[in-house]
This record gives sequence, C-alpha cells and structure tokens, in this order.
Amino acid sequence: MTEEKLTQIFVMGKAYDVPAGITIMDAMEYAGYRFVRGAGCRSGFCGACGTVYRKDGDYRLEFALACQEMVEEGMHLTQIPFTPAPRSDYQLNELDAAENVLLQHYPAIARCVSCNTCTKACPQDIEVMDYVQAALRGDLKRVAELSFDCIQCGLCAMRCPADIKHYHLSQMARRLYSVTESPEPAHLTARMAELGDGAYDAELDEMMSMTLDQLKQRYAERVIEKEGEAL
Amino acid sequence: MSKTKAVSAENLRARVEELSGENVFACYQCGMCAAGCPLADEMDRLPSQVIRDLQLEDITLLDSNAPWVCASCLACEVRCPKGVDLAKLMEALRQLHLRKELDHMSIDDMSHDEIRKLPQIALVASFRKKTG
Amino acid sequence: MKTIPYFPGCSLKDTATPFETSAQFVMEKLGLALAELDRWNCCGTVSSLTSDDLMHHLAAVRNFVRVQDLGETELVALCAMCYNTLARTAQRVNGDDADRDKINQFMDRESDYVGDVKIVHLLQVLRDRIGWETLAEHSTVNLNGLNVACYYGCTLVRPKSVGIDDAENPTLMDDALEAVGATPRAFPFATECCGTYQVVDRRDLSIEHSFRILQSAARTGADVIATACPLCQHNLQEAQRELSGMENIRDLEIVYFTELLGAALGMDPTALPERITQSLQTTAAAQADQGGN
Repeated sequence: MTEEKLTQIFVMGKAYDVPAGITIMDAMEYAGYRFVRGAGCRSGFCGACGTVYRKDGDYRLEFALACQEMVEEGMHLTQIPFTPAPRSDYQLNELDAAENVLLQHYPAIARCVSCNTCTKACPQDIEVMDYVQAALRGDLKRVAELSFDCIQCGLCAMRCPADIKHYHLSQMARRLYSVTESPEPAHLTARMAELGDGAYDAELDEMMSMTLDQLKQRYAERVIEKEGEAL
Repeated sequence: MSKTKAVSAENLRARVEELSGENVFACYQCGMCAAGCPLADEMDRLPSQVIRDLQLEDITLLDSNAPWVCASCLACEVRCPKGVDLAKLMEALRQLHLRKELDHMSIDDMSHDEIRKLPQIALVASFRKKTG
Repeated sequence: MKTIPYFPGCSLKDTATPFETSAQFVMEKLGLALAELDRWNCCGTVSSLTSDDLMHHLAAVRNFVRVQDLGETELVALCAMCYNTLARTAQRVNGDDADRDKINQFMDRESDYVGDVKIVHLLQVLRDRIGWETLAEHSTVNLNGLNVACYYGCTLVRPKSVGIDDAENPTLMDDALEAVGATPRAFPFATECCGTYQVVDRRDLSIEHSFRILQSAARTGADVIATACPLCQHNLQEAQRELSGMENIRDLEIVYFTELLGAALGMDPTALPERITQSLQTTAAAQADQGGN
C-alpha cells in the first residue's frame, strides 16, 4: 500500500491529520466524528450538510456542502447541521398568486437591507438577494427561476442580519409558480390516471402480505432504471 | 428595559449626541418644533420637551412613546431656527432600544389580511423604524 | 427615442401600478422614455438617520452602482419615498470619501461606486428637461378646469437639501397639472404628514391625520387629490373609504399626478374615476388634427 498523503485540518479548534483530497464530511468521519443528523444523500442534492469553514490567512468565512467540498491544509471547520427557521403553513390551491402572497407569509423580507450576505453564503451560487428583492415586489416568476437550484441547506437564513427565511420563501415561490403558471406535465397526468385505475393495486396487496425477509429479498432484486431510460 | 441599562442618566445625552451627530444645547426651547409637529398630540411629551429632557439627561425619556410616534416627517427640521435635526435625535432614541433587539412591533403578529392591503413601502419603513 | 434610467421601487410593481404605467405613457409621448434599471433593489424607503449606520445606505448605493455600470449619472424616481431615500443617501455618500470607501469595501462583488450619481424626481425632469410649454403642446385632452389639490406630503420637499421645491409652498406639481388645463387648488395641508408607515401598527393615527388632509383639500373646492407617493395614496384612500357616505363629507378622488398627465396626453382614461373622465375635453388642437386626417 502506498503511503497516504495527509493534510492537517482543525475541527472545532482541534487539529487532525486526515488524507488529502477527501471531502469535509469524509474528513470529519475519518477524525472520529459521527453524523447522526446533518448528513443525507452525500451527493450534493439534499442540502443536509451545510457547513462553514475558514482558511488560514483569509479573513472570510466560507460556505459549502460538507459532502462536496474537499479539505485543504489548515482548514478550520465545524458542522452547521441545521438552521432553525420556521416555515409558513399554506395550502397551495388556496393561495392567490396575484397577491403579494410571499410578503404575507414571509413579511421579514421587508427587512432586507440588500447587504448580499445571503448570496455570498450560498453553496449553490444562487443570486439569493436578487430573489428576495423580487419576492418583495411580488415577482413570483423571477423568484422561482432564480432560486431553482436551491437545495434548502439554510446557510442563507443562518447568515441574514434581517432574519429572513430565504429558502422556505423560495420553495413556496417555486411551488406556487409551478401550480399556477407551469403547464401540467403530461407524464404526471398519465401516471395519476394509471394509479386511479388501480394499475398497481395487485402489486401493493401482494407486498402487504409479504414477510420482512421476503420484502428485503424483493428490494435487493428490484430492477433499477437505467440512465436515460424511462420506466 | 433591562437591556438598555448600558444607557444611564450620566451618558444618555452623550450616546444620543454621538448617534445623531446633533448638539442638543443648540436648542433654546422656542417650541417651534412642537407647534408644527403633526403627531405631537399623540406623544406623551412634546418634541421640544424631548430635547429638554436630553439637555437635563432625564432617563425616563427612554420610556417615552414620542420617538415611536415620530414619523421623521421633518416638519420640525425645516423650521428649527437653530438648525437642530430633531428627527435625528428621535432616531437615536429608537436605536438605543433597537440595537438591543428591543423591537417596538411584532412582525409575527401581523395577519396576512393586514399585509395584503399595504404598499411595500409601508412595511419596509415600519420594520426599519421599529424593529432592530 | 431618448431614454433616462429609471428606478420604479417595489410598490410601483404591486399596489401602485397605475403610477408606473401612466408615467411611462407620459414620458414616451414626450420623447424621453423611462428605462427601468436592470437588477434594482428596494431603496430602503426611509433614510437611516444615525451617524454610524452605513449598512442601511447599502441598498441605495447598490442601485447607484447599477446606474454607474450603464455609464449614466442620473437616475429618475417616481415614488416620493424612493426619491427621498435615494437622494439622501446620494447626498451622504457622494460627499464623503470615507463612507463611500467603507461601503465599497463591503460590497466587494460590485464595481466601486465613485460618487457621481444624481437622483432626480420625475417632476424635476418635466420642468427642467421637458418644460411646461412642451408638456402643454403634447396635451390632446384638456383637463377642463378639473379642481385638483396637489398633495406633496413630506418626502418630496423635506429636508430642504433634497427637496424638489420650496419646503413650505411647493408648486411644482400644481404647475405641471395647470399646464394641461387643471385648476390647482392650493391648500394648507399640502405638505402635512399623512401618518406614513404608522399605518402598519397605528392605523388609527394615519387615518386621523389623513382625514385632516382630506378635509383641508375639500374645503378649497377640490374634487381630486393628486399624489406622488403610493403610501400617501394608500393612507388618504383608506381615510376616504372610512369617511365615505358620512354627513358633510365631500368625497374626493385620490390619484397619482401622472394619471392626470396621462389622461391629458391621450391615455385611455377608463381606469380613472368618472368624476375625472367627465371633465375631460378634447382640445381644439387635437380636434383640428383629427379634422386634417
């Protein structure tokens, strides 16, 4: 086995030597930390592992997803597994998109000072401040489009001096926009009809009668959709 | 009021002058500001008394509603013969509270219906003046 | 067509859309179109008044950077609150290198603001770049003596350093509407505060103060109040709604001054209250035009 190249990082102030070229999340696990929460898909999609770090010689706090960012020599880090941020209750089909509905549900957007700190914190390179501004003036489409890549990690809300809940706000905008403006996708309509006609009822009944071991075997033997192939 | 205890009778005037950039002793109590203030009737002390209380470092000024009623309309500012910007003093008094997160209104208590009708400029202004 | 960079503000995109559409119509007719700034953000609506608080000036400065990036130095505002906030920030940071440096350092993703953007209000543009005579020449419909009380409120005229006209006796809006045939009715509460943002948690206060303004205007014989601010408009309208139908109360229509200019310059007046459309009269010049066609 070739000798592994190690790099020194600091987790909550304590030094660790970890293999170079691995992600922050892998490095923390290598150092002995165990993620009970704050880790999910490990592929940069679920947004569970928002993290902050600082590099030696840089005054700035940097932001990333722990499962995506590689460790670097002298990196000081910790895990920010969760941003407490209340989400407004709403029923999509009861909302009137023509009204200032985003402002009604998230009035704190009127506290935005345009400091742009949210944008700088976004690991997905979203123009977060721009969509907050669009939300303030009721431009649902612009919020939905600008925020499309949001994975709800919550780092924007963690950093905001005005305590805005950006990621909940933009999720609401995307949902509402998709319901009110986007054409209904044909494949969804077809699948809903299929379900309504009971196309999978027999299969579901069968599974309900199976034992746990039989279910495990069924799962292990399942057919996985190939890339580019629609089921 | 515990959070504003860093402000005392001894430093009230200094803090307000520092934040506002105004000299409260420039005022000679002519009362022009109070006479022209459209909202003075809602205040528990007149605008001119606010300045007097600052001159005298009356710490009870921190409990006055005057700074919260003042809407920075600047009727006083354009009429003051001594060039005192009372709106800046009022802003400084609000800031003494707001910088300690002592909000003067609750955003969470607003109903969707109330917000629906209001122009954005009302909300932005209100939150800037009354939340920290 | 010549254009001028234009800052709409949030309310003009939502509760005050007639203000924007009528202003755009008017300026296109006059050959100086309003070109909406790309990526503008809320101005902050009230100017921060403490000496050490630069953070709340950021929003305005970011808009100045957008103007600068266009190679322009002038930005026109319609909403009186936006005008005031932008103008006060421009006044502070244009004249203070240290403040500007701090803001530039903070806004590290933007071009540095060099400090030469000037904020103007549409009424100033009408007076200084168009002129009342030209405005009158473009009028195809005469407002026919419509009795209008021009309500300036606070932010167009105070503080004096950014006021667009005399702080106590402004006439700019009166002059504009007189040029297209209205009869301005001067009234003592033209620059009195309507209660502004207090409407959010002290609605009683804003209604009461707006009521005084309505009464004062009504006593002069005005039928219409013209405003330049979506918040003044809202407060006056709310007060009018509460009072409507009460004894000894003369109902007033509350519109944006640009809506009246728009009607005079031929904009479809159907969105305007009947009392206004009734007094509109096609001018002799326009009739002659039509006859010639």
